[in-house]
Amino acid sequence: MTVAVTLLDYGSGNLRSAQRALERVGAEVTISADFAAACNADGLVVPGVGAFAACMAGLNRVRGPAMIGRRLAGGRPVLGICVGHQVLFETGVEHGVESAGCGEWPGTVELLQAKVLPHVGWNTVEAPAETQMFRGLADEHFYFVHSYAAHRLDLVTDGRTRAPTVSWTTHEQDTFVAAVENGPLWATQFHPEKSGDAGAALLSNWVGQL
Amino acid sequence: MTVAVRVIPCLDVDDGRVVKGVNFEGLRDVGDPVRLARRYGLEGADELTFLDITASKSRRDTVLDVVRATAEQVFIPLTVGGGVRGVEDVDVLLRAGADKVAINTAALARPEVIAEIANHFGRQVLMLSVDARRSAGMPSGFEATTHGGSEPTGVDAVEWAHRGADLGAGEILLNAMDADGTRDGFDLELISAVRKVVSTPVIASGGAGESRHFPPAVEAGADAVLAASVFHFEQVSIGAVKAELARHGLPVRGAVSHNEGRFA
Repeated sequence: MTVAVTLLDYGSGNLRSAQRALERVGAEVTISADFAAACNADGLVVPGVGAFAACMAGLNRVRGPAMIGRRLAGGRPVLGICVGHQVLFETGVEHGVESAGCGEWPGTVELLQAKVLPHVGWNTVEAPAETQMFRGLADEHFYFVHSYAAHRLDLVTDGRTRAPTVSWTTHEQDTFVAAVENGPLWATQFHPEKSGDAGAALLSNWVGQL
Repeated sequence: MTVAVRVIPCLDVDDGRVVKGVNFEGLRDVGDPVRLARRYGLEGADELTFLDITASKSRRDTVLDVVRATAEQVFIPLTVGGGVRGVEDVDVLLRAGADKVAINTAALARPEVIAEIANHFGRQVLMLSVDARRSAGMPSGFEATTHGGSEPTGVDAVEWAHRGADLGAGEILLNAMDADGTRDGFDLELISAVRKVVSTPVIASGGAGESRHFPPAVEAGADAVLAASVFHFEQVSIGAVKAELARHGLPVRGAVSHNEGRFA
C-alpha cells in the first residue's frame, strides 16, 4: 500500500530534495500548505531552513501549529527537519531576541557553544537502545548545518505515558538534541534528505511505520 | 563524536559540461557532470561543488539543468557558484536543487550583498569564495583576486575573509591561487592566517596533488578540503584522502554506508 506524505510548503526548506528523498523510500509525496490535506495525509513533514523566527512566521501563516496539534491529537505522524525540528520547542533565541515556537516540547533553542559555527558537516548520533528512528543505523553519519540547537528535553511524564526517546550529537564540546521520537512526533536537527543512504534508511524507518 | 572533515570534489562546469579532464581517456564519466556527481557520491564525497564557468550569459541556464538533474540523483549537499550576483540568483539556484551557493566577484564589488543573502536565506546558505594570491604589498601578504586570480582587487584577502564572515557568510571557501594547479600541496600559511580571523568553517582549496597533502591542511585549520583535477584524473581517490586523514587521527565519514545500495 502506498503511503501518502504531505510536505508542508510554507516558504522554507529545500522541498525538492526532501520530496525526492521521501519518494526514494516509497512515499507518495504532495507538496502543499492546504490545511485539510496536511491534516489527512498518512504523514506530515515539516521542513525548515534559515531563522527560527522567520520559519515560525511562515508556519503561522499556514496555521502550521494547529495542523501539527490536530494531527498529534489523532495520533498521526509528524516529522520535523532542521528548523522544522527546532520550532517544535517552546522558545527560540536568536541574537538575544526570543520567539515563541509551537511548544510541543519544553525548552529553548539557542546558539551552540563552539569555536567554529555554523556546525556544518557529517556527524554521528548517540541514540538510546529503544530507538525506532535509528534502527539499523548505528555508527552512521548524518548531515548537519545549523548554529542553534536545543540542549535538553525535559518532558515530564507521570509514569503512565512513555518519555520521549532523545538522541544526541556533540559539536566540539557542546552536546545537543539531534533527534526526538515522541509518540507520533519525530524530529531531526540534521537533514536526512541530504544524508545519503543513511538518511534514506532513516526516512524509510519513518515511512515504514506510517 | 565530532564533525567529520569534509572531502569535497569541485566540478568546473562550462555550458553544461565538466571541462577539466575532458581529454582524459581513462575517465569514463568525463564531461557529464551528473554522472560524475553520482560517482563521487558513491565514492563517499561528503559534499559536491559545481563552479559554473560558462562565459556566455545566454547559456547560464544550462547550469540549472545540471543542478536539477544532479539533485534528482545525488543525496548529499550541493553548492553552486559562478555568476551569483544577488538574492534572486540564489533563489533560482536553491529552487533548482542547490543547498548552498558560493559568491566571489559580486561580493567584492558590493559587500552588502553578503548580508542581503544571509538575511534572506540564513547564513548557512552562503559560501564566500576567496581567491587569494600572494602579494607583498598586502598586510597579510595575500590579496583577493577575481577572474581566476588574474585580476587584483587591492583588497587584503585575509581581511576580506574576516569581513565576509562578519557580514554573514556561513563558510569561507579559500582558494590559494598560487598553489592552484601546482599539486605541491595546500598553502598552509594562508589557511592558518584565515583560521585565526574567522569562526566559520574554512574550506581549503588549491594545490592538492597527493593524499598526503590533505592532513596538513586540516591541521593548519581547515574544516573541509576541496579539490578538482586530482579527483577527476583519478590521481587521488576520495577514499584514499579519507584513509590518510584517518591515519592522522582526523575524523572522517566512512566511504561506504552500511545502508548503501538499499535504495534505488
